[in-house]
Amino acid sequence: MTQSGRRKAFSRFVEILCGAAVLLALVPLFFVFFYVVQQGFSSLNWDFFTKMPKPVGETGGGMANAILGTLYLIAIAGALAIPVGLIAGVYLSEYPRTRLATATRFTADVLNGIPSIVIGIFAYSLVVMPVKHFSALAGGVALGFMMIPIIARTAEELLNLVPGTLREGALALGATRSRAAFSVMLPAALPGIMTGILVALARISGETAPLLFTAFNNRFFTMRLDQPIASLTVQVYTYAISPYDDWHRQAWAGALVLVTVVFVFSVLARVVTRRLERMHRT
Amino acid sequence: MTETVVSETERERPPMLRVGAAPPEPKTASSLEFTSAIRMESRRLRFFYGSNQALHDISIRIPEKSVTAFIGPSGCGKSTFLRCLNRMNDIIADIRVEGDVLLDGKDIYGPGVDIVSLRRRVGMVFQKSNPFPKSIFDNVAYGLKINGLCPTAEMPERVEKALRGSALWDEVKDRLHASALGLSGGQQQRLCIARALAVEPEVVLMDEPASALDPIATQKIEELIYELKRDYTIVIVTHNMQQAARVSEYTAFFMLGRLVEHDRTDKIFTNPGQKITEDYITGRFG
Repeated sequence: MTQSGRRKAFSRFVEILCGAAVLLALVPLFFVFFYVVQQGFSSLNWDFFTKMPKPVGETGGGMANAILGTLYLIAIAGALAIPVGLIAGVYLSEYPRTRLATATRFTADVLNGIPSIVIGIFAYSLVVMPVKHFSALAGGVALGFMMIPIIARTAEELLNLVPGTLREGALALGATRSRAAFSVMLPAALPGIMTGILVALARISGETAPLLFTAFNNRFFTMRLDQPIASLTVQVYTYAISPYDDWHRQAWAGALVLVTVVFVFSVLARVVTRRLERMHRT
Repeated sequence: MTETVVSETERERPPMLRVGAAPPEPKTASSLEFTSAIRMESRRLRFFYGSNQALHDISIRIPEKSVTAFIGPSGCGKSTFLRCLNRMNDIIADIRVEGDVLLDGKDIYGPGVDIVSLRRRVGMVFQKSNPFPKSIFDNVAYGLKINGLCPTAEMPERVEKALRGSALWDEVKDRLHASALGLSGGQQQRLCIARALAVEPEVVLMDEPASALDPIATQKIEELIYELKRDYTIVIVTHNMQQAARVSEYTAFFMLGRLVEHDRTDKIFTNPGQKITEDYITGRFG
């Protein structure tokens, strides 16, 4: 074989290798998705979205309380974590070399890698222990702690991409440092930061472990912050390990809804980013 | 034969290019008389980046309602000095300023100076246009809003005045609420000038405002500067000698962190007091 023939053959080989790796990565995803849809879709019906769980032994009923509960928990987590994460991100980007910034960055990265069950224990001792009962607030706090590092680090990185000349422009007009950061730098970085927020929301909406002993579970509908609340993930877990066929079917349906929620957040992240970017361009 | 030519070229080289040569003592013409009152003045200003001294004893007076141009080779300290005039260097870590800069007779580095109100009085236009990613209207209104300078009801009027002042009004009046990033480079720079003018500063500092623009956009900016000096005191840093000659009344030549010569522009360009100034403006180096 000629020299160039060998090189072409090797190039072809590497191409095939890359293709195979991609397939290998996609196959499990495809199977999970396919199986969840296949199993879950047949159990999905209107009742699932509108009805409350039935007592043990009775068939039928739905997960209305858990669906709303999950959305409620995500809202609590977002309300706590988005402001904290954004402000921390602004600090990290405006004063990158202070000791506090270095410590914060390190802590955020460690927090990001901590197993979610540990976050749950932390929220348990912080919110559940003092009042001696599980609550929606505790669940929201646990999920919020998982969001903060993601949002803070995304915000920092995207703020660093905004040209420093914009900050100078604002300062030259008599803006204070914080005014420049929040009225010029942050809006300029917002499209990217929105993606970070939505990715963080997608990530926490599928979490079970932090909720097990914070939000716990609830067979009834509640919107009270100080009461245990149902969530799709915990409900799916509870139903999946139960001995009842009907509950198994409902767990599949719950899993499908959960996957859809995560999927919607991901799509939303792309759409919102593109929208905001286009708005800035023209 | 060839060798002779080379050595002649050597001899003709300006002395400043030799490594280690000390620049001449600053020579501000004592005969330099200003036709208007002095608006800003620096006295023996020294500036340090860490332990590296970037400016050596700069003393200069800037008369109001006129254009003063700073020229000099890259790295000579002219931009650094310009940024000392509105304390824009303050945001850089590890810098030190010694000496005084007076605005209307008061030291802007003195204790108790409100840096925010200083920057409102001494506006700045940057080398690269830096419109905020907001609408054209919001860009111009920004300085007014953050300084609480005008009630919301009067905002459109003030924005229009500033845009007319920077000769941009006719081009943007139909799309005030479109994003500023959709404007051309020259329009963006005039928008930045409008934004600076909106807060009605006393002095406008311009750091190579036309260096990134094509000749036509540059001409518009220069015409604008010529108009603006009726109401404002303007200090402009430029690499373009013709531009300095066209727009300014006074020119200061900087070299290696020192002010070499400061005089009327026509004097500097026709009969400079220093050999080194002549070498620079005739293009012998730089």
